[in-house]
Amino acid sequence: MNIQLTKNSLATKVSLIIGVLGLALSLLGFFANHEQFFYSWLVAFAFWMSIALGGLFFVLIHHLSGAVWSVVLRRFPESFMAILPFMAIFFFPIALGLYDLYHWAHADAIAHDALLQEKAPYLNIVFFILRTVFFFIVWSVFGRLFYRFSIKNDVTGDAGYITKAKKISPPAVILFAFTVTFAAFDWLMSLDPHWYSTIFGVYYFAGSTMATYAITTLFVLYFAKGPLANMVSVEHYHDLGKLIFTFTIFWAYMTFSQYFLIWYANIPEETVWFAHRWHGSWKVVTLVLAVGHFVLPFFIMLVRAVKRNPLALTIFALWMLLMHFIDIFWLVMPNLHKEGAVFSWMDATTMIGIGGLFLWLVFLHLSKHSLVPINDPQLQNSIHHTG
Amino acid sequence: MAQEQKQIYGILAEFESAAALLHAAARIRDAGYKEFDCHSPFPIHGMDEAMGLKRSPLGWIVGLMAFGGLFLAYLLQGWTSTIDYPLIIAGKPFFSYQAYVPVGFGIAVLFGALSAFFGMLVLNKLPQPWHPVFYSNNFEKMSTDGFFISIEKKDEKFTVDHTTTFLASIGGQNIELLQGDRVE
Repeated sequence: MNIQLTKNSLATKVSLIIGVLGLALSLLGFFANHEQFFYSWLVAFAFWMSIALGGLFFVLIHHLSGAVWSVVLRRFPESFMAILPFMAIFFFPIALGLYDLYHWAHADAIAHDALLQEKAPYLNIVFFILRTVFFFIVWSVFGRLFYRFSIKNDVTGDAGYITKAKKISPPAVILFAFTVTFAAFDWLMSLDPHWYSTIFGVYYFAGSTMATYAITTLFVLYFAKGPLANMVSVEHYHDLGKLIFTFTIFWAYMTFSQYFLIWYANIPEETVWFAHRWHGSWKVVTLVLAVGHFVLPFFIMLVRAVKRNPLALTIFALWMLLMHFIDIFWLVMPNLHKEGAVFSWMDATTMIGIGGLFLWLVFLHLSKHSLVPINDPQLQNSIHHTG
Repeated sequence: MAQEQKQIYGILAEFESAAALLHAAARIRDAGYKEFDCHSPFPIHGMDEAMGLKRSPLGWIVGLMAFGGLFLAYLLQGWTSTIDYPLIIAGKPFFSYQAYVPVGFGIAVLFGALSAFFGMLVLNKLPQPWHPVFYSNNFEKMSTDGFFISIEKKDEKFTVDHTTTFLASIGGQNIELLQGDRVE
């Protein structure tokens, strides 16, 4: 049994070309309006990072819970997390744009701001960069380590690697929780340095995990037509559909928890964040998010037939990825366009640029090894999984 | 003399294993029987399909009850705080739908859980302290290592002779007539 993607497949080439084109156009944008470029880049970076991190989470939970059903499709999230070290490259533009992005990076602003002075021991450029470096080291080590275990198990047939992965996953998931929380604080929450929400990290994580299940579903459905035809069944994508559904609800739970406490307490320093997002046309985006990210998906995905229909599930997964983009856009952009939502062409090119290279790297990893973990002891049980 | 008065309720057959039971259930389904039941010490994967059972309507019942609960919770909170006893709390509007979410969610979950539990009992016709299969002494094995199928007399296709031969032909052993004097 050897299920492998052909090297230099069309998908690999197309994503590379699209990615490079997107990056080249984005670079033009940098010269046209560098502030817009940095914000657009941050949205795209946070979006694709969330997929890579969600892949790590998928694999960690897979080993932590000893999951059987997801063995056959584990290689997809494994490829997402395997490229975590490469994702660090995309952080460089943000490091260069700290001054444009983050108010707390302005020395003159700190000088006249008591709150920023109090926060300066945490929110300063050196510590910010050091933290990000630390996050990427943690994620890269775990991402590559768990990828290596899986590949070693493929090549040598030694099930001991899976046992090792199971043993390391508990401490890994704890470190994952802390690093993702603080990364979300640093990259996204500190855009508004006066505002804080302790639930913010979980909020980013909830949307990220949902998006990862959505994109994994798309990969599974895409390969189910070809090399994985006899391996994945309706039961597998039914379960993926359930997980997208679950994390859509989890996202809503976190969103509401954050909103509810701020609404109840009604303290100006907290409500200002929602006031910005209720101002002008941002109100429309907020409502689109509430309806499109939760209410509609909730009622549509409640129906069993939708989760078992490949076409319906494909449309739904794409829709949820769009919503995840709008979610991150909504987190970042009100800091730049305060008067109302503005969609710049750079928002599209950065998404396509980073996304193209992201997919290129994923396809490269997928084509290097078998598309399924062929020597995993639970593979047969996973293939014949019956829901 | 008492023998003649005994009523027939159905036929019971024993099968060797869980796999044989699954296979036999599919054969009985294909033969067109509707009123039959499989008895096993543990749940068998794929049995619903083998027996030709439809999906349970329980999900719809739970869903409707949960939304009903949500609606009632909003009605209660909305009515008390806007009509019955309006109070200004923290300067918020009387009808503060945000504040009703936790209770609404809780009541929806409560209604859903209760309707799942009782709906399951009703749909399974439980509690059922008596069943014709209890006439069989052999049936005691069912709680340890016995796999049985019973076909009930009320099935349209049921005739003692045909059903007995049919059960024997698909691998049924220890076939016995379930009969007794219980009047339904």
